[in-house]
Amino acid sequence: MPKLIIDGAEIEVENGITLIQACEQAGVEIPRFCYHERLSIAGNCRMCLVEVKGMPKPIASCALGVNDLRPGPNGELPEIHTKSPTVKKAREGVMEFLLINHPLDCPICDQGGECDLQDQAMAYGVDGSRFTENKRAVEDKNIGPLIKTIMTRCIHCTRCVRFMTEVAGVEELGLAGRGEDAEITTYLERGMMSEMSGNVIDLCPVGALTSKPYAFAARPWELRKTESIDVMDAMGANIRVDTRGREVMRILPRNHDDINEEWISDKSRFIWDGLRTQRLDQPLIRVRGKLRPASWDEAFGAIARKLKRTKGARIAALAGDLAGAEEMFALKDLMKRLGSPNIDCRQDGAAINPARGRGGYLFNSGLGGIDEADALLLIGCNPRAEATVLNARIRRRWRTRQLKVGLIGREADLSYRYDYIGAGPQSLADVASGKHAFAKVLKSAKRPMLILGAAALAHTGGGAVMTLAARLAGMTGMVSGTWNGFNVLHHAASRVAGLDMGFLPAAGGLDTQAILKNAKAGKLDAVFLLGADEIDMTSLGSAFVIYQGTHGDAGAHRADVILPGAAYTEKSAIYVNTEGRPQMTGQAAFPPGDAREDWSIIRALSAVLGKTLDWDTLSEVRGAIFAAHPHLALIDEVVPDENFDLNKLSRGPSRFGKQPFRRAVDQFYLTNPIARASAIMGELSAMMADETSGATGTDG
Amino acid sequence: MLKDKDRIFRNLYGFEDPGLKGAKKRGAWDGTKTFLTNGRDWVIGEVKASGLRGRGGAGFPTGLKWSFMPKVSDGRPHYLVVNADESEPGTCKDREIMRHDPHLLIEGSLIAGFAMGSNTGYIYIRGEFIRERERLQAAIDEAYDAKLIGRNNKHGWDFDLYLHHGAGAYICGEETALLESLEGKKGQPRLKPPFPAMAGLYGAPTTVNNVESIAVVPDILRRGASWFSGLGRPNNVGTKLFCISGHVNRPCNVEEEMGIHLKELLERHAGGVRGGWKNLLAVIPGGSSVRCLPDDLCQNLPMDFDSLSALKSGLGTAAVIVMDKSTDIIRAIARLAYFYKHESCGQCTPCREGTGWMYRVLDRMARGQAHKREIDMLLEVTYQIEGHTICALGDAAAWPVQGLITHFRHVIEERIDQYSANPAFEGEVREPVAAE
Repeated sequence: MPKLIIDGAEIEVENGITLIQACEQAGVEIPRFCYHERLSIAGNCRMCLVEVKGMPKPIASCALGVNDLRPGPNGELPEIHTKSPTVKKAREGVMEFLLINHPLDCPICDQGGECDLQDQAMAYGVDGSRFTENKRAVEDKNIGPLIKTIMTRCIHCTRCVRFMTEVAGVEELGLAGRGEDAEITTYLERGMMSEMSGNVIDLCPVGALTSKPYAFAARPWELRKTESIDVMDAMGANIRVDTRGREVMRILPRNHDDINEEWISDKSRFIWDGLRTQRLDQPLIRVRGKLRPASWDEAFGAIARKLKRTKGARIAALAGDLAGAEEMFALKDLMKRLGSPNIDCRQDGAAINPARGRGGYLFNSGLGGIDEADALLLIGCNPRAEATVLNARIRRRWRTRQLKVGLIGREADLSYRYDYIGAGPQSLADVASGKHAFAKVLKSAKRPMLILGAAALAHTGGGAVMTLAARLAGMTGMVSGTWNGFNVLHHAASRVAGLDMGFLPAAGGLDTQAILKNAKAGKLDAVFLLGADEIDMTSLGSAFVIYQGTHGDAGAHRADVILPGAAYTEKSAIYVNTEGRPQMTGQAAFPPGDAREDWSIIRALSAVLGKTLDWDTLSEVRGAIFAAHPHLALIDEVVPDENFDLNKLSRGPSRFGKQPFRRAVDQFYLTNPIARASAIMGELSAMMADETSGATGTDG
Repeated sequence: MLKDKDRIFRNLYGFEDPGLKGAKKRGAWDGTKTFLTNGRDWVIGEVKASGLRGRGGAGFPTGLKWSFMPKVSDGRPHYLVVNADESEPGTCKDREIMRHDPHLLIEGSLIAGFAMGSNTGYIYIRGEFIRERERLQAAIDEAYDAKLIGRNNKHGWDFDLYLHHGAGAYICGEETALLESLEGKKGQPRLKPPFPAMAGLYGAPTTVNNVESIAVVPDILRRGASWFSGLGRPNNVGTKLFCISGHVNRPCNVEEEMGIHLKELLERHAGGVRGGWKNLLAVIPGGSSVRCLPDDLCQNLPMDFDSLSALKSGLGTAAVIVMDKSTDIIRAIARLAYFYKHESCGQCTPCREGTGWMYRVLDRMARGQAHKREIDMLLEVTYQIEGHTICALGDAAAWPVQGLITHFRHVIEERIDQYSANPAFEGEVREPVAAE
């Protein structure tokens, strides 16, 4: 543990950190542009220069490790000065250089108000300019529909280049040219084919890369910032929702080391325009084949008329991927009172049997566990599409050369190399029986891990896949001591909460497939869809469909009564991520028009149905949830499955078909109703389709 | 004056056969095996004792540099990299070695490779040196054929030598940028530490030496460290190739003793300054990157590392650029500033932004279109660049400008006065500096 003296105060720091981190720990702020903790060190902005006693020149503190500091001739501790005249002069000098070719267009720059250059020029610069030559102008680049470039503003810190190369794994950005003619460019000026490219907007310390959809929309100081949780996938990335008035203006990531670090996918970031379009803002009733606006009373009345003369067993409910815990809990309660055992939160028919323990459907190692894993088997899983930010974590681990990856399922570009084992359950059986060479890799690994993807569990032999995976985990020692490498990666944000709370068929009840089958056959009279849009609506037959949700999507088109609900930015709701970590969204805006928070709609409906639920406020609902499921009260804490038992999991069904695993996510940008309503997502999806179909842009 | 018998580069002018036969006649490859049998420590000890300082410009003791290489390999290979990317304006010494005495370089590479436990050497040659590359490659092939280098050679130390050519970027002469370029990446200097001796080429311990530093080693070993250290002045010993260019009657390359006085050097070998010694305006003594010296400082000037750095200039590559009184010194330095602006890699801020700024101000000053207060501003800009960059290119760009302002401020002021007295008068119409 090296000791050093920073500005006269002695401090002991950990090994291996850099001087800039040591200064931070000592409470000394060092200005920087190119340095970023999660990227490699470039040391090119020269803003972080400090004075080290005994060294002739000022040193870039971001690039010097504390272990490289030498003690003085008599063993004195290394002394660092960050406020000396030399340092002040050096910073002023660098600041001046950065500004001479930087346009003074702050009034029309979207970065204004949250610009590192602006802030640091205030803090470390001088008041005037001595530069009287012409300023450099750089042509703007077209790098896709998300990122607006004003390259004249670029200060060549290369954060964006390093992010795209290292984290996103897409080597499309680079610094071309040299000297003052150096430019950040994609060279061929094509859109960046990455689902994480939006993060460069946050990384850019100036206004060179800004958000195209958000261009000129708002100033940061006009925005109300609400901390929330992302629901585009089941990772539960931490986000900040910025609103002005009732409108969500943009979404930014928040730091959470164990989940998303500080990245989010482009879907999470740019989904907000979908929150404004296709919204259900008033109840609707289908009259003679056509939907017509109705009051809440009318809508509830229509439902009551139907349900009151329907037997409980002929009613079913499905929860969609974006449902919060509160409304699922409320709906489950209501269905019980209506006497229906037919409820399910597994829209895709995933073969999960919660009876075999909670660990059977969690990402048991924790997302951070990937940083320790040395062998990874992906089963029916494309993490790049199903949990983009998680994929970046796998890539980072892979880049250290300490992780070997194998894949069973659809081949895809995951941004790292993997051994391709096979397409379907048979390949998994081969590995589990030790026939395939990857079994050896897993066996010899110290911390092996497998990830069961949504496609593996939704396979017709999903139960057998689960069994095989559990056997493989047992055989290769994936679960031992504190390590549990048996992981399930969900794609639906609502899934784990639903499973935890038992939003599943009660005794004798129907699961998703059975509900659809029975509805088609006319054996069900009413189906309640709680934001469930991913099912085949034609299977619902002639059933009376109640759709509660936010967007005019598949469910709403089929519905007989529509109850407008609140999107994830418009309510405070609990979501449990794939690790089993409960997190709460914050209410950043209000639901549009007559739309209401979902739990309160169900509560109100229950009264009309004469089955009044026991609580009247959100805190009362939560109280009831926490009483029934205490671990959901531990916000942001992962409660591991203490009774995790591989044996239980490996004694499941063992028959599987020959079909390969399909893709869990067919079109990354269009996985949920909000995304399908978003024009930006549509554009991205079209761009992606062009790219994959090999269009060159000149073919018509 | 250096006696003929003390010359190391006896075929500097290419009058004799540069091939293996000719080289052997001049003494190359003589006793090489003995040096290797004497062992690594002996070789490094001799080079240290000889007091040889790196000939690439910085003057770092060569023996000391070699001793930084790990004694025992930790499994990584060791690499010797010879920097033949001679691009410093005014410098043309390595070129002559590679053209006319390539075997000294090859022999030196083998010995240096042995001394640092390296079985592989790379010579990174400047892209524009096409004939030199052919000549050097031919010599390497000869050495392979004669089993002087390569696997299972006569000398008992496996040593492969590869010649790699750059694409002609000045920055690739900076050792870490050279390594990047050699690895196939963009030539941009690396951050130090780690120094190349710890993690250099492909992350393995590497030493980068100048061509001349390597080529003199065999003769030092053959003739003994004391012979070499007996030449020159304390701490500045041995012989040195001087490249004399500019306003002299016979520009030339010449091998001379270190510490020879400038006047003697110019008059004996280059036929003196054009128009006589009194016509001397200034000298840039060490390649374009050092501060120029006006005539009054040149009177009794020993040409060696320490004497020149005492004058805040430097020996650099010993490329003596002579300027007589017909020179427009502002324009000359502005042209150098343009060179550095053109060659800056663009990685770090002070150099990327500062070199262009300096050039533009100097370009105006050359025309007198400036304010006198801008002279001090320019000087401050040079100090803002110097010492704040990743590599030494920033320093190299700042020093010539500092030299100009320190010694020729009056010229700049006169030019400004001239212009402001009669701004309408165009004088002789001049192309922009960049066009030259």
